[in-house]
Amino acid sequence: MDSNFYLSTIWSVLKALPLTLEIWLFGVAIGLVIASGLTWMRASGYKLGEYFARAYVFVFRGSPLLVQLYLIYFGLSQFDFVRHSPILWPILRDPMYCTILAMALNTAAYSSEIFRGALRAVPVGQIEAAKAFGMPTFTRFRLVTLPIALRLALPAYSTEIILMTKATALASMVTIMEMMGTAQKIQHDTFRPIEVLTCAGVIYLLLNLSIARLFAFVEYLLSPHLRPPPEQSQQIKPVPEVL
Amino acid sequence: MSADLAAAAKSASPPGDDKAAISVKDMRKSFGDHEVLKGISLEAHKGDVISILGSSGSGKSTFLRCINLLELPDSGEVRVDGELIRMKQGRDGRQMPADIRQVERVRANLAMVFQSFNLWSHMTVLENLVAAPTHVLKRPRAECLEQAEALLKRVGIWERRNYYPPHMSGGQQQRAAIARALAMNPKVMLFDEPTSALDPELVGEVLRVMRSLAEEGRTMLVVTHEMGFARDVSSQVMFLHKGEVDSLGEPKEMFARPPTQQFKQFIANFNK
Repeated sequence: MDSNFYLSTIWSVLKALPLTLEIWLFGVAIGLVIASGLTWMRASGYKLGEYFARAYVFVFRGSPLLVQLYLIYFGLSQFDFVRHSPILWPILRDPMYCTILAMALNTAAYSSEIFRGALRAVPVGQIEAAKAFGMPTFTRFRLVTLPIALRLALPAYSTEIILMTKATALASMVTIMEMMGTAQKIQHDTFRPIEVLTCAGVIYLLLNLSIARLFAFVEYLLSPHLRPPPEQSQQIKPVPEVL
Repeated sequence: MSADLAAAAKSASPPGDDKAAISVKDMRKSFGDHEVLKGISLEAHKGDVISILGSSGSGKSTFLRCINLLELPDSGEVRVDGELIRMKQGRDGRQMPADIRQVERVRANLAMVFQSFNLWSHMTVLENLVAAPTHVLKRPRAECLEQAEALLKRVGIWERRNYYPPHMSGGQQQRAAIARALAMNPKVMLFDEPTSALDPELVGEVLRVMRSLAEEGRTMLVVTHEMGFARDVSSQVMFLHKGEVDSLGEPKEMFARPPTQQFKQFIANFNK
């Protein structure tokens, strides 16, 4: 075993980690914003919005991310108006922007479904109590619906985030030298696929492990009510007969 | 019958007080083809404790939920402290609130206690008590906290103030829910079968709290199956049968001499 080769490969791939993280972070963040909009459309009760959101999810969930990425990067530049647009062209000629855009559009479809499910799973009684106490719609959403839905969505959403970490590897297909791109280059230069891909795989594994732990920690912080109750040190007094 | 009812309702009201804390006129509600409420009227004055009885499906819970518009009645008038809740014709032909702000304001005066407690599960007991007063009534948080602690002491669960609802027994949760309702300083309290989801040995602690509220002169509408509470604590009993007011009157009188065959049968079933 050539440990020097392993070390140098790991080091080279790790140097591309910031780029991977950048794609991941922006893709996920922009995706979250779009997903919130889609969820709102689905939940608002406006027919037009609902149909749009449904169609969106159908398209972006139903086709491979790689197809979407190629269509955005290679496909859209076929149109003259895109190449001549002062707004679109600076974005769409840049593989980095294209990757982030494709990831965001794709994850938005999945995330909006996760959020929609979570919203629907908020117990009716919790919302009714908020209504019965006179909370206006937005207050009700902020204090009751959203916090509960968030907790319900977190486990599924963290899985989606981890899927997105792995999806960043697709950026290598449009010339970006993030971790996967870097690994591929080393592999082509050295013809040692096992060593190189193992290194890359282990780094992805550790990256996802930390993301999963981070989400588990957030989940822990948000769910004291689902853990066993604190030690019942204080004896509870019975209600006095005369109050 | 209806003349009798009006007379009964009138006799129960204290003289010289013509502004009812809550008054419902001819409320109707259907779910699909099924008419659940067939024109129910009720008047409660300050300090009245009205027990609403009826077998399951009689419409008693629906009636209560129509008062604070958790269900939208098809027709009828609700006045709280003299203020009419204004309704308008919706696009689908059904009634809907004309001004949701007004509804929210009225709801804040009509605190509700639910059968399944419905404490907000992600908040501690104390946070549950403070949430609505600070965010709906806009009262200062410190003042709300102080009141919340006092209320929790009163219902006997102050030691549990930092607990989350799932960590408490049903009886404790329902007492917390009553304290949450009290924190709004409501004009009228609505109880929707507050003891029906409790283990038998926990019913007593909740009823004791409710009795103490009745004794301090709170206005309460209580949908219940607790005959003892209806007979001993309430100032009036309303018995619903198939969506109509079957009988209404003083509890002692009603239980001693059931005015209708239905009510007689109803209490006979309970005494079995």
